[in-house]
Amino acid sequence: MSLVSEGANFGGSMPAAAVRVDAEPSLAEVGDYIALMKPRVMSLVVFTALVGLAIAPVPVHPVIGFVALLCIAVGAGAAGALNMWYDADIDARMVRTARRPIPTGRVQPGEALAFGLTLAAFAVAVLGLTVNVLAALLLAFTIFFYVVIYTMWLKRSTPQNIVIGGAAGALPPMIGWAAATGTLSLEPVVLFLLIFFWTPPHFWALSLYRADDYARAGVPMLPVVAGDAETRRQILLYTLVLVPIGLAPWALGYAGLLYGATALVTGAIMLVLAWQVRAERRPADRASKHLFAFSILYLFLLFAVLLVERGWGGLIGRLVA
Amino acid sequence: MDEQRKDDGIVLTEAQKRARRSRSIAIAVALAALVILFYVVTLVKGPIVLMRPL
Repeated sequence: MSLVSEGANFGGSMPAAAVRVDAEPSLAEVGDYIALMKPRVMSLVVFTALVGLAIAPVPVHPVIGFVALLCIAVGAGAAGALNMWYDADIDARMVRTARRPIPTGRVQPGEALAFGLTLAAFAVAVLGLTVNVLAALLLAFTIFFYVVIYTMWLKRSTPQNIVIGGAAGALPPMIGWAAATGTLSLEPVVLFLLIFFWTPPHFWALSLYRADDYARAGVPMLPVVAGDAETRRQILLYTLVLVPIGLAPWALGYAGLLYGATALVTGAIMLVLAWQVRAERRPADRASKHLFAFSILYLFLLFAVLLVERGWGGLIGRLVA
Repeated sequence: MDEQRKDDGIVLTEAQKRARRSRSIAIAVALAALVILFYVVTLVKGPIVLMRPL
């Protein structure tokens, strides 16, 4: 799973709006609209935003916290729908994405566009009116970055697409923190950097064993453009940067010993797996698959421990005191 | 026959009717949930909900 969508094309082909135009009444079911929102990506966004919200030093009323997470979830869903609207042409060419609602004709491109724009406007407006303006602006920027900068621009034009585009997936903890405090500080920025530098090794590990699919769709992923060996080298380099950042919350003193130990052990495993990926050569893909799977667990564990230590732990501490 | 169909406008198939009904129910549920949500938020925030400096 990644916070960044996986289909892309650098052929400069027409967006989804040109894929299919007819006047047939819609056959779209509710489930199709839910699929447009990319619920798996949305769940990761909500989780990381929850951690940003929970570790903030300012207590949040549970209802306001719920509204903030709901708006962040809906905003992420809106970005997913707009991504599928724009990328329907290339989604149709990739095995993994060919069964999405627009390529299969269950949802018309115009319906997805209207759905995405409505949800985006709703999420930003409600977050601004009920929580605070900074959080709403950050959510609006995240949607804009994901849809316009990543989907419409980078994804089809550069192998650095998921590196720069990863910023969109890294912003939710900052939105959560801003929702609680109305400001930003070092703690959420470190969480941003953690997800930002996690995205390339996670995603390139996947693209190593999906390179043929990306090449067929004309997606400029690093293995397609720069080759297998260079991708493996870049994975190791990014992991070397990622692991110290994973330790930073403990080193900076806002995470406890449990977090530090978890970050140390899981970071060491990430490095070993990245080294194995570096040593592997096609057609072998065992190490790449291991790194891809473990990278999800790595990010989940770090955020979960932080949530327990600073969020739920802090909350329990306050209640007991 | 074509004339008859033209007078009737667009005639939905059973599948299209089912899909439309499920979408309508989802919209109704979402609207009801929003009414409740905004009501609860107003209670939680109190009078401050009306104080919004530009």
